[in-house]
Amino acid sequence: MTTHNDPTRSFQGLILTLQQFWADQGCTILQPYDMEMGAGTFHPATTLRALGPLPWKAAYVQPSRRPKDGRYGENPNRLQHYYQYQVLLKPSPPDLQDLYLRSLAAIGLDSATHDIRFVEDDWESPTLGAWGLGWECWCDGMEVSQFTYFQQVCGQECRPVSGELTYGLERIAMYVQGVENVYDLNFNGREGADKVTYGDMFLQAEQEYSRHNFEVADTAVLFRHFEDAERACRQLLDAGAPTEPGAEHRIVLPAYDQCIKASHVFNLLDARGVISVTERQSYILKVRELAKACGEAWLQTRAGGHGPALDTQPNAA
Amino acid sequence: MPDLLLELFSEEIPARMQPRAAEDLRKGITDRLVEAGLAYEGAKAFATPRRLALHVAGVPPRSPDVIEEKKGPRVGAPDKAIEGFLRGAGLASIDETEQVSDPKKGDFYVAKITKPGRDAEAVIAEAVKAVVESFPWPKSMRWGAGSLRWVRPLHSIVCTFGPETEDPVVINVEVEGIASGNTTYGHRFLAPDAIHVRRLDDYQTKLEAAKVVLDPERRKAIIETEAKNLAFAQGLELVEDPGLLDEVAGLVEWPVVMMGSFDEAFLQIPDAVIRATIRANQKCFVLRDPATGDLANKFLLTSNIIPDDGGAAVVAGNERVIRARLSDALYFWQTDQADLPDLAELKASANKLGLDLAKPLDQRAARLDALGVVFHAKLGTQGERIARIAALARTIAGEIGADPDLAERAAKIAKADLQTEVVGEFPELQGFIGARYAALQGEDASVVATIEDHYKPQGPSDSVPQDFVAVAVALADKLDTLTGFWAIDEKPTGSKDPYALRRAALGVVRIIREHGLALALPQTLASQNGIDAAQTDDLLSFVTDRLKVALRDEGIGHDVVDASAAAGQGDILQTAKAAAALSALLKTDDGQNLKAGFDRAANILAAEEKKGTAVASAVSADLFDQAEEGALHAALNEASAKANAAVAAGDYETAMQALATLRAPIDAFFEAVLVNADDEAVRANRLALLEGVRAEISAIADLSKVEG
Repeated sequence: MTTHNDPTRSFQGLILTLQQFWADQGCTILQPYDMEMGAGTFHPATTLRALGPLPWKAAYVQPSRRPKDGRYGENPNRLQHYYQYQVLLKPSPPDLQDLYLRSLAAIGLDSATHDIRFVEDDWESPTLGAWGLGWECWCDGMEVSQFTYFQQVCGQECRPVSGELTYGLERIAMYVQGVENVYDLNFNGREGADKVTYGDMFLQAEQEYSRHNFEVADTAVLFRHFEDAERACRQLLDAGAPTEPGAEHRIVLPAYDQCIKASHVFNLLDARGVISVTERQSYILKVRELAKACGEAWLQTRAGGHGPALDTQPNAA
Repeated sequence: MPDLLLELFSEEIPARMQPRAAEDLRKGITDRLVEAGLAYEGAKAFATPRRLALHVAGVPPRSPDVIEEKKGPRVGAPDKAIEGFLRGAGLASIDETEQVSDPKKGDFYVAKITKPGRDAEAVIAEAVKAVVESFPWPKSMRWGAGSLRWVRPLHSIVCTFGPETEDPVVINVEVEGIASGNTTYGHRFLAPDAIHVRRLDDYQTKLEAAKVVLDPERRKAIIETEAKNLAFAQGLELVEDPGLLDEVAGLVEWPVVMMGSFDEAFLQIPDAVIRATIRANQKCFVLRDPATGDLANKFLLTSNIIPDDGGAAVVAGNERVIRARLSDALYFWQTDQADLPDLAELKASANKLGLDLAKPLDQRAARLDALGVVFHAKLGTQGERIARIAALARTIAGEIGADPDLAERAAKIAKADLQTEVVGEFPELQGFIGARYAALQGEDASVVATIEDHYKPQGPSDSVPQDFVAVAVALADKLDTLTGFWAIDEKPTGSKDPYALRRAALGVVRIIREHGLALALPQTLASQNGIDAAQTDDLLSFVTDRLKVALRDEGIGHDVVDASAAAGQGDILQTAKAAAALSALLKTDDGQNLKAGFDRAANILAAEEKKGTAVASAVSADLFDQAEEGALHAALNEASAKANAAVAAGDYETAMQALATLRAPIDAFFEAVLVNADDEAVRANRLALLEGVRAEISAIADLSKVEG
């Protein structure tokens, strides 16, 4: 391995190592979804592909935005924009824990030296109508990943169950690189004049987005965007609905985009502090209803396991 | 006799579920053995993060045959009946039955059915499958393409059975593709290879060699001993934390305790915050200096491995996380004592609530109002709520002899810590941390105590606030919540009580009783949150219901509380006292007879009222023609006067004693006097006398509500 791609010295090397590792396990390496979202789970390659009977193996980096976590670049650990590495294996293989531990070893976290622990975590995404059981994975007392067996997504039972791994890339990189401040991370693995740090890439962005998220974002516009996205999602689902019983749904992915959008707009409104505790519930519920509608529709598509693709499988009962 | 060894090996089981799961496994299997007639000698279950194990000693290899007698029709019964009987008993011919004679019923058939015993192996195989398939996990899941539910994916089952002197057999069980065997696995990292086991002793020994301590009690003992030794070596003392010890013992199969430290500068953070930080996030123990009792800048972590570098990386990693966490905590602690950036926007709120924006906690209180944070859509904002609580606290303080100014002040800043960073991070520190900030800004000691204690009591084992200012605010807080939800008609129903209103009402009851407060609840509640008279009555009966629950634990029935409500007049303390006195009275002969006499009077009145018999509007002594009438009348007047005076003085024992004196004259009256006299006027007068008895007793204790 070249030094600049060493996962313990380079942020991008860490990503490349994980990509290589999971590609070797048979995962399709996808690219990030081109929308703002709170976590890699929102990527349709996870939410929608976790539904239905068809096998699926994918891994990808997803830039994730949590407007409320912005700290104007002043906190060494918190960011409103960060990267998650996401792996989804459907059905979850029996040796998923071992695969995960091997992936940690690949990025420099060897279980002979490091105390790796699976600590109870009941994962739930109220906005996605999703829940699962699994763990927070700890390395020497630090949470480095989430490990979840999806039970329900978009309000639909998962059959078969997918195993989802989510790596907190910045945290892991800080640990293996031995830096205390995220902005000091070596991004490209070079030294001297060629070195590019995480701060070079993102400090200014964190400052600017924090101002935007907390102070400037136009709440009237955002409220409107929320309503628009909600309406558009429903309209698209209606427009693509099966024309006759048993026919396929034809417009799910664009509808789901609107659900993602509504969720992000809600997060922005929340960061602006204009949503009260009680209203919060009702907004979450609204997004969940969209997610559920999309999940239901997905199951009526080919990729959701509907129709001939399934019937022609010799083993389909 | 043979022993059973069962192990269910899975992915990591949540620590908090392990003890209960071990017990459920033991019970699930042994109940089924007993049900099948297999009386065993002893059973013990174990749990580690990755396995539940059960050892059942002395299981008979086979359950005994059981002969069941089945009674059939009488001899000579119709063929149909006999056929049905034979079919039900599984017999081919009536010759296989016996005839039994019964002196009363005559001869009839009896079938003796021998249920042959079963091999323990078969019973165990069924039991294991049934237990695995229906295990009562608090939360379970599916995995892969299967439909079996377990707490996390189940990987293997060990199930061996045999006497000590022989090689045990594997009992074959298959649950969704997992076949039982005699293979398990050691520690995930230290000795992951397969291990073949025979029975408990070699199982436990081999596991130990493979770096798994099977018994959770032993893991706890190891952690505790190592922790104390490490602490002692540094001249420190472990801050014991049994809950954390339980949890940590459920996170490791091979505990290795190590010490880490953090910068002394963090010790300026209150101990409780440091401890909460290190405990909640890192599951580490903290240490203190035995001389001063102050926290030391050290912590103890429990690793699950014996690291190949001697632990340097593990300790450094944990120190790093704790440093980051404590940096956050210190930042929160300091930020909370500094000015808020948006002071200008808080002026209106500060003026409204009478807050001093020079003080940090006042700023947070103002912010709570200024942000317009909704407490509940129909009950307005937190700011509005605080204003209501402050006004009510002032009133209550006046009534119970606490300083009204301090109560109002305390109420206004009691919830301010909801706007602090520390509470944002550790909600469980609400109240506690507000009190620390209040002390730092020089609040009166009663105000400080109020902020800390006004949420009390938070459960049956929690104490009530002691300082009377805190008492006033605690009551005001709870009563405002209760009236609010009553006003919008969101009362608890069945098991649904999302706003913990039952707890609030029970808190009110406990505070009033434990401090012996004379607080007229009906007046205190009136018009709070705009509740009307009917809602007030309903709320009072809800609060009285909580009193019933509390009194039930003291052996006083709910009916007795109902009977005492009239005397208590909505005053919790008085109702409770009256109920206690009445309960004591009802345990005596006098009480029981008084109740009998009262019921008799009430029954007669009810019957006559139904008939439309005239009852005189007042008792007239002129119409008495038997001595017992006059005697009862006199006794009634005397007892009633005495009892009412005693009730007014809050002396319910005397009141009940006064009622008890009525027992003899009532008994004598019924003994000698025929109520249903021929003379209509005499009869009406006697009924009036009974009406008097009923009314006067009911005013003190409504015995009609006391259950027989």
